[in-house]
Amino acid sequence: MENTFSLDGKEIPFEPGQTVWDAAMAAGVYIPHLCHNPDYEPHSSCRLCTITVNGRPFAACTQPAVADQLVHNNTPELNAMRRTILQMLFVEGNHYCPSCEKSGNCKLQSSAYDLGMQDNHFPQLFPHREPDSSHPDVILDRDRCILCGLCVRVSRDVDKKSIFAIANRGIKSELIVNSPSGKLVDSKVSVDDEAMKVCPVGSLMIKRKGFEVPIGQRDYDKEPISVVSLRQFQGRKEGRHE
Amino acid sequence: MSSTKLSHLEVVRPIVEKYAKDPNALLQILIEVQEILHCVPKDVQDYISKELFGKSRVRVPAVISFYSFLSEQYLGEYVVHFADNIIEQMLGNRELAARLCSKLGVKIGKVRNDGRVSVHFTSCIGMSDQAPAILVNGRTIPKLTPEKVDVIAQSITAQMPVERWPESLFVVEDNIRRSDVLFRRKIEPGSAIKACLDRAKAAHAPVALDEQLSPLPSDSDKTGLDHAAQETLAEMYRSDLRGRGGAGFKAAIKWETARDKKGSSRYVLCNADEGEPGTFKDRVLLQNYADMVFEGMTVCGFTIKAKLGILYIRGEYRYMKEHLDAVLQKRREQNLLGEHILGSPFSFDIKIHWGAGAYVCGMETAMIESIEGKRGSPRKRWPLPVEWGYKGQPTVVNNVETYAGAAIVAVRGGSWFAQHGTMQSTGTKLFCVSGDCERPGIYEYPFGVSIREVLRDCGARNTQAVQISGPSGMMLPESEFDRLLAFEDVPSVGTVMIFDKSRDMFDVLHNFAKFFQHESCGLCTPCRVGTTLLVNILDKFKKGQGSALDLEEIKNISQLLKTFSHCGLGQTAQAPFMDALQKFRPIFDKRLKSKEFIPAFSLNAALEEARQLTGRTDPGAFIHEDIAEPAH
Ligand SMILES: Cc1cc2nc3c(=O)[nH]c(=O)nc-3n(C[C@H](O)[C@H](O)[C@H](O)COP(=O)(O)O)c2cc1C
Ligand code: SF4
Ligand code: SF4
Ligand code: FES
Repeated sequence: MENTFSLDGKEIPFEPGQTVWDAAMAAGVYIPHLCHNPDYEPHSSCRLCTITVNGRPFAACTQPAVADQLVHNNTPELNAMRRTILQMLFVEGNHYCPSCEKSGNCKLQSSAYDLGMQDNHFPQLFPHREPDSSHPDVILDRDRCILCGLCVRVSRDVDKKSIFAIANRGIKSELIVNSPSGKLVDSKVSVDDEAMKVCPVGSLMIKRKGFEVPIGQRDYDKEPISVVSLRQFQGRKEGRHE
Repeated sequence: MSSTKLSHLEVVRPIVEKYAKDPNALLQILIEVQEILHCVPKDVQDYISKELFGKSRVRVPAVISFYSFLSEQYLGEYVVHFADNIIEQMLGNRELAARLCSKLGVKIGKVRNDGRVSVHFTSCIGMSDQAPAILVNGRTIPKLTPEKVDVIAQSITAQMPVERWPESLFVVEDNIRRSDVLFRRKIEPGSAIKACLDRAKAAHAPVALDEQLSPLPSDSDKTGLDHAAQETLAEMYRSDLRGRGGAGFKAAIKWETARDKKGSSRYVLCNADEGEPGTFKDRVLLQNYADMVFEGMTVCGFTIKAKLGILYIRGEYRYMKEHLDAVLQKRREQNLLGEHILGSPFSFDIKIHWGAGAYVCGMETAMIESIEGKRGSPRKRWPLPVEWGYKGQPTVVNNVETYAGAAIVAVRGGSWFAQHGTMQSTGTKLFCVSGDCERPGIYEYPFGVSIREVLRDCGARNTQAVQISGPSGMMLPESEFDRLLAFEDVPSVGTVMIFDKSRDMFDVLHNFAKFFQHESCGLCTPCRVGTTLLVNILDKFKKGQGSALDLEEIKNISQLLKTFSHCGLGQTAQAPFMDALQKFRPIFDKRLKSKEFIPAFSLNAALEEARQLTGRTDPGAFIHEDIAEPAH
């Protein structure tokens, strides 16, 4: 007999060890997310994926699926709070979408569209953050960093290079680079690093790729992130089973 | 100072060697370096990185910048930290800090040009009953007065080493004002462990324990230890002892779960982070009843089959280091710790790990990360520490006072313990009373005492409000003083801050809001950004620029913090806001500029840069914003 739980009234099957997020996405139900990438371990920091399980809030990306639980995801209340999370991320950094190379491929921007975010709502915090364009091939624009920690984790766990870390704490948190000067040019970063592929926003990018795909024809220009994400997730699953 | 004679390498090398280059010891190494050099300079960071982690050098600065007491920049020969919680502010810490700064010719947070001294503010240092208090090079000076400030300024100017300052400056008082079963029945060192081992003897009298200390059977079944551990657990269940660190989880359940989970080893962690402003009971326990706390940890180790216990204690209590090390050493000599405790097959030892200024490290998984030498950010929620704790092994985390209670339970039995307190909150509780009253200090009551009784006993008059359980707890007006301090009514870690009618609760809220902003670890979005947005809104009110819409904003952000934050810090950071809005509404109303929306953006301020560039000071260069003075 299959294990299932209820997600917004729909029965979702799951295998032991799967998270609510895994099981939902596999069943074709999109759960918003930013700091999670299914190829790597989740660490539940952005909180965009927050759902309720039997009425209590949890991060779907780390919440183990348990049989017969009542899970809510796509509710007006949760989506309103998710919009607030996105607005917080927008005012915390300096995001100028119209001039950003990531526009159309950015998960922050596309999540904002998808969740119907109309404006930044809160006063901008206008932080002062140093960009790092010292490296010939790689650029780090800290203004756009949402501190999701993906590059940190992937560089440490997959590339085994530990190029990145988050320093300071609280609102002063910032991404730092492993090199004597603290600059990318003196680090061991390379365009082939897995860490270079995971930034959900336009913070950590490869140089000279600028506008290879014209604006208007990018992933999230054509379809909402909910559709793209599900397709990518399911394609990934099929790829693995081949 | 001796440090000037030693090169950086000469300082750091022996410390790194002492810790056998263990990456888990990173924080301990950094603390010791900071203590000697008053900074952790780049070259030292590089050396530590190389020795502990090979090539990676990001972890060291990432850790240094997380903890308030560590610094890459040199902080001077004398480093002064003023505690800055609301109680300290009420007792004039800001004025005293200003006096010291002016005597020394130094600005807050900046090192004096000659590199001699710097003065800082920090969160609570656990001295609210003898505030204002400061740390000088890590040593606590309570009950600061203008006269003492002058002595300190003179001593610094005369370059007198802190060790030679008058001893009377450093006397920390216990202020135990009311005693009940915990304080009154100081148990003999070893008696709780003996009680456990006696249960083993009773179970298997003939082969149990070898009185001659000859080689011992290691198989626990033969020794009856397993049976005795079960018995101890049963007593813990009978006692119904609930955790004293805030959440009130039943200790016996935690112990049993950790005992039953698979693991290559098990650990007993004692949480002495005591970061909740206004809390100081763990300090008093460790100062006077350390044996009892260590005994409780040992009983836990015995019950869950652990070999190592770790006391995680906040850096603010560094002045207790020698004392605690000595108690542990004595216990080893008495064979109450170490191999074959009291001649039994049971071996257990206790280490001390120090924190370095981070409230969030009191959160149990953040604490475990910190003990592993990392930034103190909470782990993902599952698996819980009882399954996947320190070094990925089953781990019990309990508060200092919980272990003291466990020691009593082991000696006196669970039923005896459960006779005290209320149905759902057995035993007694230590309350840390501070603020507007005649006798601040520690009061031990059976659970179920009313707030009013505590206020009467400590000589509080004209009380406007109490803050129970620190900023993350409850702000209660007079109409609620008949409520009972117990898990079934007003739960708490035991903090009672008292505010009389002369106080402005807005200042209290503002102080709490800044505390949470400062202590947010920054891992998750709601808390990292939300705590700052809340402070900004209060800043606006402070200037008399608040609007009705801001009140709605406070509610929305609070709701998000409560439901979407990753850990208890963010989840509770909104509590004082919600209490203030519901119960102390006038503090907002009298600061409302209008009932409409007013932008936080000040046009006048924005024009300042242009004015400076053009050198204009004429009235036409200013925009009249009609800044209302807050009506006090
Ligand atoms: C932000 C935060 C700070 C905490 N600080 C402390 C603390 O200083 N001391 C403590 O015992 N528990 C603290 N806790 C609670 C611990 O996570 C944990 O529940 C407790 O140590 C368990 O011990 P107990 O069951 O004996 O209370 C804190 C929790 C949070 C979320
Ligand atoms: S640079 Fe990108 S991947 Fe790295 S933490 Fe920032 S947002 Fe995340
Ligand atoms: S709520 Fe989030 S940011 Fe705040 S301390 Fe906890 S994990 Fe860190
Ligand atoms: S995706 Fe789950 S918390 Fe970020």
